[in-house]
Amino acid sequence: MSTGNMNLTLKVWRQKNNAAKGAFVTYKAEGISPDMSFLEMLDVVNEGLILKGEEPIQFDHDCREGICGMCSLYINGHPHGPKQGITTCQLHMRTFHDGEIIVIEPWRAAAFPIVRDLAVDRSAFDRIQQAGGFVSVNTGVTVDANEIPIPKVIADEAFNSATCIGCGACVAACKNASAMLFVSAKVSQLGMLPQGQPERYSRVQAMVAQMDAEGFGSCTNTGACEAECPKEIKMTNISRMNNDFFSAKLFRAEVIHEHASGE
Amino acid sequence: MSLNAKIPEGPLAEKWSKHKFNLKLVNPANKRKYDVIVVGTGLAGASAAASLAELGYNVKAFCFQDSPRRAHSIAAQGGINAAKNYQNDGDSVYRLFYDTIKGGDYRAREGNVYRLAEVSVNIIDQCVAQGVPFAREYGGLLDNRSFGGSQVSRTFYARGQTGQQLLLGAYSALNRQINLGKVKMYTRTEMLDVVVIDGHAKGIVTRNLTTGAIDTHAAHAVLLCTGGYGNVFYLSTNAMGSNVTAAWRAHKRGAFFANPCFTQIHPTCIPVTGDHQSKLTLMSESLRNDGRVWAPKTAEIAEQLRKGQIKASQVKEEDRDYFLERKYPSFGNLVPRDVASRNAKEVVDEKRGVGGSGIAVFLDFADAIHRLGKEAVSAKYGNLFDMYYQITDEDPYTQPMRIYPAVHYTMGGLWVDYNLSTTVPGLYALGECNFSDHGANRLGASALMQGLADGYFVIPYTLGDYLATIGPKPVDVNHPAFAQTKQDTINYINKLLALKGTKTVDQYHRELGLIMWEYCGMARTAEGLTKAKGLIRALREDFWKNVIVVGENEEVNSSLEKAGRVADFLELGELMVDDAQMRKESCGGHFRLESQTPEGEALRDDDDFAFVAAWEFKAENEPETLHKEVLDFEFVHLTQRSYK
Repeated sequence: MSTGNMNLTLKVWRQKNNAAKGAFVTYKAEGISPDMSFLEMLDVVNEGLILKGEEPIQFDHDCREGICGMCSLYINGHPHGPKQGITTCQLHMRTFHDGEIIVIEPWRAAAFPIVRDLAVDRSAFDRIQQAGGFVSVNTGVTVDANEIPIPKVIADEAFNSATCIGCGACVAACKNASAMLFVSAKVSQLGMLPQGQPERYSRVQAMVAQMDAEGFGSCTNTGACEAECPKEIKMTNISRMNNDFFSAKLFRAEVIHEHASGE
Repeated sequence: MSLNAKIPEGPLAEKWSKHKFNLKLVNPANKRKYDVIVVGTGLAGASAAASLAELGYNVKAFCFQDSPRRAHSIAAQGGINAAKNYQNDGDSVYRLFYDTIKGGDYRAREGNVYRLAEVSVNIIDQCVAQGVPFAREYGGLLDNRSFGGSQVSRTFYARGQTGQQLLLGAYSALNRQINLGKVKMYTRTEMLDVVVIDGHAKGIVTRNLTTGAIDTHAAHAVLLCTGGYGNVFYLSTNAMGSNVTAAWRAHKRGAFFANPCFTQIHPTCIPVTGDHQSKLTLMSESLRNDGRVWAPKTAEIAEQLRKGQIKASQVKEEDRDYFLERKYPSFGNLVPRDVASRNAKEVVDEKRGVGGSGIAVFLDFADAIHRLGKEAVSAKYGNLFDMYYQITDEDPYTQPMRIYPAVHYTMGGLWVDYNLSTTVPGLYALGECNFSDHGANRLGASALMQGLADGYFVIPYTLGDYLATIGPKPVDVNHPAFAQTKQDTINYINKLLALKGTKTVDQYHRELGLIMWEYCGMARTAEGLTKAKGLIRALREDFWKNVIVVGENEEVNSSLEKAGRVADFLELGELMVDDAQMRKESCGGHFRLESQTPEGEALRDDDDFAFVAAWEFKAENEPETLHKEVLDFEFVHLTQRSYK
């Protein structure tokens, strides 16, 4: 079924489950077309393995259009591969050259245990969101949407933060395995919007506490997260989160709210 | 069994309010005595799970992905319709209702569609309250754009990522309930069967995709919010994991499957490049607001383009055929999806297609860039242009996009009544998983609307009526049906794992997809469908002899997961072909070559086919029984659809 003429050598991390010991295994990927996506290249390798009765390389993926956040892979030392601003499923083989050796690893972080091979458990991200990444509003509000006007610049900036896909590349890229970019994106989105104000300071504390409980590391302002984020989420979000977090620690909530409303 | 859609009597605009009043209520103190299972966490599932938990029910939610936020609703690009009339351009609940009924080529229920239009306005309010960052005007109010099949601007959007933002809103509401302990979330868990006791759904059987553990879960009601089955075509815009298994297994336990052949083929997708292709990528319909669809006037010019002898920009204006603008002057490039797709196919069939394969037409932004400037075009569509560039390595700012139709959405699905109940009491279907609101063709930006309408604003009312009727007595988990259904699932898995043939699951899936696309795709004939049925049968028999399934149950095993899903697609494919064969008319996305107007448009046969086809499963390898739900049109006059 292969239609191309690229031949590659893959060094892939294989690990049967979280308790098992893992190791790199070398595979040949032959007859690869430059128009294939990286995951389609792995599909070809996997079909070959299955035909030999071997178990395929396990990797997480779903939408294959860069939005679900399920695909991961640390490719040649970069989360989502060498190109900027895209996920692994959007990476095409034309980025590589014939004969290249490609090293493929899972996200490495204590808070992301390996499920199998290249798939990791990112449920820590869900638990952080569960701790406070929401506006407490039940279904059935009757306020008309246009009764909450929001300046376009604010709406656009909140949108930029909201584009985070929760893939975990920021954690994988960080030498401290910090989740600050991920957490701050949600804190910023809701913290900038009027709907998020009532819980702004309780939210940031709850989410940061959960982030720490999950075992993510601290932020030392290296910036690898921003450089590797497939959605190009900015470190400005981390500054905003720190600001809210310290305000919440230093002042009583009613004092901050009074101050904020007086601005 | 006769189908009762339970549409309330009375004037269209009063049906839903009257019905809500007539539905039984569960008192607040009793709600916590009921357990509800929600399968799938896309827009329908996440919104239903959150809303029911807010009311006080105990909810268990399931998804096969590693997080509820991954559900494929996340990939919806363009927008969500709502009859807010913020643009003062003549929109109303009635107009949205009318456009949807007409867009669906008069094969949906009036009562359901009116309710959908009615609650559409509440959805926008709800999402904004959650902090969904919709696009806004400089005055701070919400912006709208237009979509196909309508002449008003009623589509709310968040750049080209509306589905993502709406899903993250519903996910946040779900997270809040998980945090409060009202929802128990099961990720990486796939539903494999429904437990039915005395004709009522009382639970499900699941497989833990990490450990292989097969478990049963009991509840007073089960909600399937598991999306569509477009992946029966192998190549589609659906996510790789999107599948029919939950709905199909429910079908085999008694839930009728309605209008399975109604498939939406979306006109603007990136064309196939080769056999390695694993999925297709949509380019949002919103692009047709500013992009102009064209093909060369003659096959000769098309051939020069295909061979790379000339570039698109070198084709003179008089040698271009803007075929949608030419044939449909009033709707132009914004005709409904089925019409746009069929016209693209026609052009390709006339050998006027472009691109290396000749299976594509152009979507050109040169005029828009000239008129609005590159920056304005980028602000509107930047992420879509980037996506196109990443996949094709071609810059849509300097050369037209190449597009071609691809399978995108399935209007068919589990049959449900007005309360969203399937034919198995206690088993409900929401969102794309049901068949209800889009008739034979769905209008753009209406899927998000329907998923959220079902989850936020319909099921919280209608489910209470059923629960109040059956009472809060706990479900008997020791009933033999639980152990039996679990054993059936284990036996089925063992049967799959014993298959050690010579072909991979993906090979069978690809072959099935080619058969479906060729004979049950954009154009269907009696002869072709007969042929397809034989081919699918033979493929299915071969699958059960020669497929390879590697590994074992007690581990992460993608080979096993896929095998189960493809086995179900092989059965569904045959039912789709039977349904398409039975429906000897053309309507919406179902185009029978034998039934067309002199201009080549879909020609309905309202005397014989104004019904919903609901299929009942009898036994393995036996023909399914057809039940007809006649569609009564009290308020809308049926006409030949015209977008000219």
